[in-house]
Amino acid sequence: MKKIFGKPDALKDNPFHYCPGCGHSIIHRLVAEVIDELGIKDRTIGVPPAGCAVLAYNYFDVDMCEAPHGRAAAVATGMKRILKDRVVFTYQGDGYIAAIGTAETIHAANRGERITAIFVNNAVYGMTGGQMAPTTLLGQETTTSPGGRLPLRDGFPLDLSEMLALAAGSVYIERTSVSNPKGIIRTKKAIRKAFEVQLEDKGFSLVEILSACPTNWKMSPKDAVRWVDETMTKIFPLKVIKDVA
Amino acid sequence: MSEKTLMRGTHVLGEAAIRAGCRAYFGYPITPQNELPEYMASAFARMDDAVFIQAESEIASINMVIGAAAAGARVMTSSSSPGISLKQEGISYLAAMELPAVIVNMMRGGPGLGNIAPAQGDYFQATRGGGHGDYRVIVFAPAYGQEIADMTRQAFDLADYYRIPVMILGDGMMGQMMEPVVFPEPIDPAKLPEKEWVVNGSKGRSSRIILSLWLDPPKEEELNWRLARKYSAITEVIPDQEMYLTDDAELVLVAYGTAARIAKGAVHRARESGMKVGLYRPKTLWPFPSKALAKLCDHVRHFMAFEMSTGQMVEDVRLAVEGRREVSFYGRPGGVVSTPEEVAAIVSSAYHGKAN
Amino acid sequence: MSLKIVFSGFGGQGVLMMGYVLAVAGMKEDKHVTFLPAYGAEVRGGTANCTVVVSDEEIASPIASSPEFVVAMNYPSMIKYQNMVKSSGTMFLNSDLITEAPAREDIKLVRVPVNTLAHDMGADRSLNMVMLGAVREVTDIVSGKSILTAIETVLAGKKQKLIDMNQKAVSVGADFIRGSK
Repeated sequence: MKKIFGKPDALKDNPFHYCPGCGHSIIHRLVAEVIDELGIKDRTIGVPPAGCAVLAYNYFDVDMCEAPHGRAAAVATGMKRILKDRVVFTYQGDGYIAAIGTAETIHAANRGERITAIFVNNAVYGMTGGQMAPTTLLGQETTTSPGGRLPLRDGFPLDLSEMLALAAGSVYIERTSVSNPKGIIRTKKAIRKAFEVQLEDKGFSLVEILSACPTNWKMSPKDAVRWVDETMTKIFPLKVIKDVA
Repeated sequence: MSEKTLMRGTHVLGEAAIRAGCRAYFGYPITPQNELPEYMASAFARMDDAVFIQAESEIASINMVIGAAAAGARVMTSSSSPGISLKQEGISYLAAMELPAVIVNMMRGGPGLGNIAPAQGDYFQATRGGGHGDYRVIVFAPAYGQEIADMTRQAFDLADYYRIPVMILGDGMMGQMMEPVVFPEPIDPAKLPEKEWVVNGSKGRSSRIILSLWLDPPKEEELNWRLARKYSAITEVIPDQEMYLTDDAELVLVAYGTAARIAKGAVHRARESGMKVGLYRPKTLWPFPSKALAKLCDHVRHFMAFEMSTGQMVEDVRLAVEGRREVSFYGRPGGVVSTPEEVAAIVSSAYHGKAN
Repeated sequence: MSLKIVFSGFGGQGVLMMGYVLAVAGMKEDKHVTFLPAYGAEVRGGTANCTVVVSDEEIASPIASSPEFVVAMNYPSMIKYQNMVKSSGTMFLNSDLITEAPAREDIKLVRVPVNTLAHDMGADRSLNMVMLGAVREVTDIVSGKSILTAIETVLAGKKQKLIDMNQKAVSVGADFIRGSK
């Protein structure tokens, strides 16, 4: 029988542990497919996050090095500067990259580090159990924004990707979503381009991917993806934010 | 440059690091150690294979160290007390991930912002791990320019050999002072033994993971015991000390770094007055050279720890002496540097049995 | 023998250079030397000072609590260090900028008009080496030859004219002392 669909080489055989409706498994797969297609599996090093994807190294079949929470961009910087001909990517959530890791991320982008950041935005802290994230929408209920996020109490959702676009060293930044098939196809293209920007030695690249968290949003997977498409994209519109590649 | 050169401590450290094959430095400015990153920046600018980054913070710089170490480089960062506090998170990760790195602390007055004068208030932080979790780092305490050169070479070698972060604990004065130094011959980092554990792309082998997360408690316990065994092995091998006029001494001053030099001056003065006083100078602070100190209990009746703090190393002296002899303490914290005369006067009172 | 000397003045007078050359000269004679510059906030505001210890034995403290010699290149430095000089020690004063005397009876004073001497030899900026020449002549901490060699080492890579000028300045300082004896 002809094999028409299989697991990318850049993924191990381990089954994903993610919740039903979570975007991580899709995004892992897309990253792995791009690594396969670019033929860079044996020269790619990943920096996994703290958060739900903390065990990403159990899934990606490439060299991986953990980083302290928030510091992936700095760890990746040290690594890439030593291994200039390798491909280094980071994989982080919104709390990781847009709260505790803001400084490291902005400065890595501003130095034009030749690294690629995969930024999964689900507007909530997932692994710690649904606390408010920097990207939580106004009015969105979380365990630490009871009654919904209030500007005076909780501040506003932070658009890190727009901030990063202001940094002279960033080359390519796009926001996509994996909440529908079209979005998934678009996301893969964006991830591929982000890796290519690194391979062409152009500068810092990042793909922000809106992703559902049915568990912490307390929604069905179906409602959750609809919420991404209908509500989240109003605050975090899908677009190429910067492309000077 | 194998002839004698007059150089300040921070520059000696930088040159010795480069000669030890260090090709990556990440730091953030803080007084009194800025001449070290400046030296690395200018030396690395003339080299093709070396990386210098002035990071956005101490936190970023120690994490760049993690990345470079995981990639296999001989890597260093440096700071002074408040900056070292910020690096502690990363040092804990280095310990857990068993990554080699050299961390320099040119201590200044603290706590808080403190001041920029030489002090020794970070002894506990350096020798008890410093960050979270059950770990240690090797700590060297140079007291002379030449020792900075020699210990820096040793620090890189031990870091690689044991896959452990190594700290060089100096102070503002050690960093600024110039003394004649003869450097060891440079080594070619390309000729260092290959590291079998680095993450540099999985070409021709299966993929590797460097991590510190062990969700399963027995796995984390296993890591902790493995580290503990490594620390025991290190404790057997590397404790080092200078013993100066201790053979016939009745009172022995115990001091390290800059304080040890002042103490040595005090020993000279005490000897001139006919007192049998010696100096025990730990060159490694972790592991603390306890055995050689304990042996001195056979004939020494009084140990006096002298530190530029309110008393930290004195606890290790007490642990080594185990109550067999009197242990007292004299210190000047906050960046105050005692004179040998001052310490000699304290020693004299103690020697003649007067309360000080 | 262990001699401690503090060099002090304001920035631009070459105060650190004086100490550095002396320390290198001591090293050339295989003596133990330490050179400790003031650093950080202490040097903000334009003052400069350093301490040099030259010794036949290993040097304990590089800090001079009671130095045998103090060089004051300007008035504030004289005020700052006058009480620190060891009893029967010597204070070298730049007499072009300091007309007053320290409030002490138990120390020797050596007044050297270094600005004038440097100006007369056509090298205003070599005033530090003029003073160093005078200091060497009085103290004999190191040999005159070692100072000249040290200048060559310290200024290696610079123009020969500059080296010659500095070495000449040392002689001018030394001659001044010999002439005033």
